Amino acid sequence: MPQTETPLTKMAAASDEALQGDQLPDLHDEARRLMTICNACRYCEGFCGVFPAMMRQNTFADGDLDYLANLCHGCNGCYYACQYAPPHEFAVNIPQAFARLRAATYRRYTWPGFLAGLFQKNGTLVSVLMAAGIGLLLLLVHLFNPPEVIHGLHAGNFYAVIPHNVMAYSFGGVFLYAVGVLLFGFWRFRRDTAPKADETALSVAGATHDALVMKYMGGGGVRGQMDGCNYPSESFSQVRRVFHQMTFWGFLLCFAATSLATVYHYVFGWEAPYDYTSLPVLLGTVGGIGLLIGPLGLIYLKRIANPNVLVEAQRGMDTGFLALLFLVSLTGLALLGWRETSAMGTLLAIHLGTVLALFLTMPYGKFVHAIYRYAALLRNRREQKR
Amino acid sequence: MTGIPDKVDVLVVGGGGAAMAAALTARERGASVLVLEAAPKDFRGGNTRHVRNIRYAHGAATDFVTGAYPVDEYYDDLLRVTDGNTNKELSRFLIEKSEDAADWMMDHGVKFQPPLSGTIGLDRTNAFFKGGGKALLNAYYATAEQMGIECRYEAEVTDLMIEDGVFTAARVSYQGAEHVVEARGLVIASGGFQANIDWLKEGWGDAAEGFLIRGTGYNKGRMLRALMDNGAETAAEADQCHAIAIDARSPKCDGGIATRVDCVIYSVMVNRSGQRFYDEGEDIWPKRYAIWGRLLAKQEDQIAFGIVDAKANDLFMPSMYPPVKSDTIRGLAEQLEIDADTLEKTVADYNAACRQGDNKNREFKPGVLDGLSTEGLTPPKSNWAQPIDTPPYYGYPLRTGITFTYLGVKVNKEARVQFKDKDGRIVSAANIFAAGEVMSGNILGQGYAGGIGMAIGLVFGRIAGEGAARNASN
Repeated sequence: MPQTETPLTKMAAASDEALQGDQLPDLHDEARRLMTICNACRYCEGFCGVFPAMMRQNTFADGDLDYLANLCHGCNGCYYACQYAPPHEFAVNIPQAFARLRAATYRRYTWPGFLAGLFQKNGTLVSVLMAAGIGLLLLLVHLFNPPEVIHGLHAGNFYAVIPHNVMAYSFGGVFLYAVGVLLFGFWRFRRDTAPKADETALSVAGATHDALVMKYMGGGGVRGQMDGCNYPSESFSQVRRVFHQMTFWGFLLCFAATSLATVYHYVFGWEAPYDYTSLPVLLGTVGGIGLLIGPLGLIYLKRIANPNVLVEAQRGMDTGFLALLFLVSLTGLALLGWRETSAMGTLLAIHLGTVLALFLTMPYGKFVHAIYRYAALLRNRREQKR
Repeated sequence: MTGIPDKVDVLVVGGGGAAMAAALTARERGASVLVLEAAPKDFRGGNTRHVRNIRYAHGAATDFVTGAYPVDEYYDDLLRVTDGNTNKELSRFLIEKSEDAADWMMDHGVKFQPPLSGTIGLDRTNAFFKGGGKALLNAYYATAEQMGIECRYEAEVTDLMIEDGVFTAARVSYQGAEHVVEARGLVIASGGFQANIDWLKEGWGDAAEGFLIRGTGYNKGRMLRALMDNGAETAAEADQCHAIAIDARSPKCDGGIATRVDCVIYSVMVNRSGQRFYDEGEDIWPKRYAIWGRLLAKQEDQIAFGIVDAKANDLFMPSMYPPVKSDTIRGLAEQLEIDADTLEKTVADYNAACRQGDNKNREFKPGVLDGLSTEGLTPPKSNWAQPIDTPPYYGYPLRTGITFTYLGVKVNKEARVQFKDKDGRIVSAANIFAAGEVMSGNILGQGYAGGIGMAIGLVFGRIAGEGAARNASN
């Protein structure tokens, strides 16, 4: 049947192409093929958690493969060390196969299911939602405030423009929605990949340690020779871990700042604005700086990274989330810097717009890797003890 | 990087562990160095691409070996595996010189891994490279680049110009053109001839057609032939090599470690006619894996089949290729194209010979010599002889997988190639050195123990590089 080529059919064709080979059974078959080769070789057991975890089994069910894929931190040690990497006919490329399988995990365990497609259009989603979020906030601010309030001086008092309860309940609601979706995904992923799992204090402590220090980005081996990832190129480097740690701890510190401010407000009745030397502002500032440098660094590394170990179709998802984190932080720090000027109202609307976009896209973008990675680290620690 | 230097101090032919040890050492002594590797960059490094560890003498445990491995013990091990078929003076020298192997490697970027589960059996004697041989090569080549060593890939040396034991220049085929490279010192570290089936036939006859080559397909022995044509003395016989049993479905070349199958000791091994031919349970597997390549080579079609049942199939490392599976021995025979009547009888006879006499009260213990042997069966199975009676049954087709050949040039302690002069006297070459597989026959007249090949390459590579650099500065 002849078809007229419209921009829409072109887009559909392009997205089909990007999805080629990304059907779940194919991804599992390829991962199983690779793990069967790797399990007969085992040369890479010194690099990370994946290969010792692989060696604990003889056969690989789909759930095992999802677990192993999410345990993989994409350090690429095994790719450069592999005697079977392309162009060898066995064509072993673990980082790429596992990245594809991880992306399939994200789609499969999200909720509601019909939104799974958002992962593939994540770059677009982030941009659209951010623009919409900022637009919406500006619109609301202007609808409910006369111009002299928006452009007035409030000595850093955000609530003069947006009342505290409006802010707390609306953002709290969106945030809880995001957390709910993430937890639901975590629960379902564990149900499928770690049946009858009973965690102990030790396995939780161990997995938490491995997550906080990014153990498997550090490079394995003997003391003094743990020299990081083969990223962005063949030589070993800790640079990815450093940028990732800045991003991760920056996010945690900003989250801590907000949580602490909530406690101040509700428990002690201390209302914002807080002093520049107060704990919430200090935590937020340090975290915010981390969230500027970390994501920028990671975006840069991804741009110059060896394309043989990346999945081109996932670039949008990876970069979208990082760019959003960067903008949330940038607008947040700008708001802090100019909170006592007449620009405060507008800056507040812009910052909250980016935060809204972040919360809304969190369950449908790269952020979710943290959830499944932690679930995989838990199973890894539990099985290590046996 | 186009073109090729037409004159250097030291020319290294080959690109594996021995070649790079020579190149790095020569460069550190101040020589300009050119490395000519016949393979493309992705397949550089000869069989070093596929190695995992090095056996070296050491006095104490470290982060990567669990205990001491004294020179005397190493020497005894070498005498045992070669059955004394070695140049004892050179062997002892090799082992003594191996003592700083790990330190030298780490100084040149190589990283080791802690002794982990996969290293059991060798975790005291051998140091395991983190990521294996290709990771090691990546480290060597990165170090070489930093030091200003020139490397050319897909650069094949076609001829050596040698007069009266003195090397002057090499003919090189590179990027579609012929080049002549002059050098004051020459290191030949270009491997054995295991990928040259025609040459293998000189030692093995037509059986060589059935061999699979475990490692690189680029080791054709061209340099070995050139040296021999120029009157170099040789060590070891043409049929001596390191060969093991690998899956018959492996690629002809370059299948590497993943194609190995460890089923032998828990199986009965039968040939195409369905008959057993050797004691499968003679000793623990790491001590015996290297004899099975030769055993298979002597069977019809150079193929044999490991038959196990459901009880035994999980006792050894999983294989890359799934085994053939059937609920009956006959079904297995038909799928594997073994004589079915004979195989049924072989398994029945074997089963009947299990748990007889003294063995009734013995216990099957995987991993250790359990003494559970057959009674009145020829050949016997001396350990792990439990009946094959629990379906499903599994069959692994195995072929001879050759790792490397031992026939090579004779060298002295300076790694200088030994030539016969016009008067029939043996003389050391003035500026021709050899290291690695191409001279392994000096040490390995027969037999093998894991990790010795890397030691030969490293020790003689360093000595060769040092000697060649000294030649160049004189």
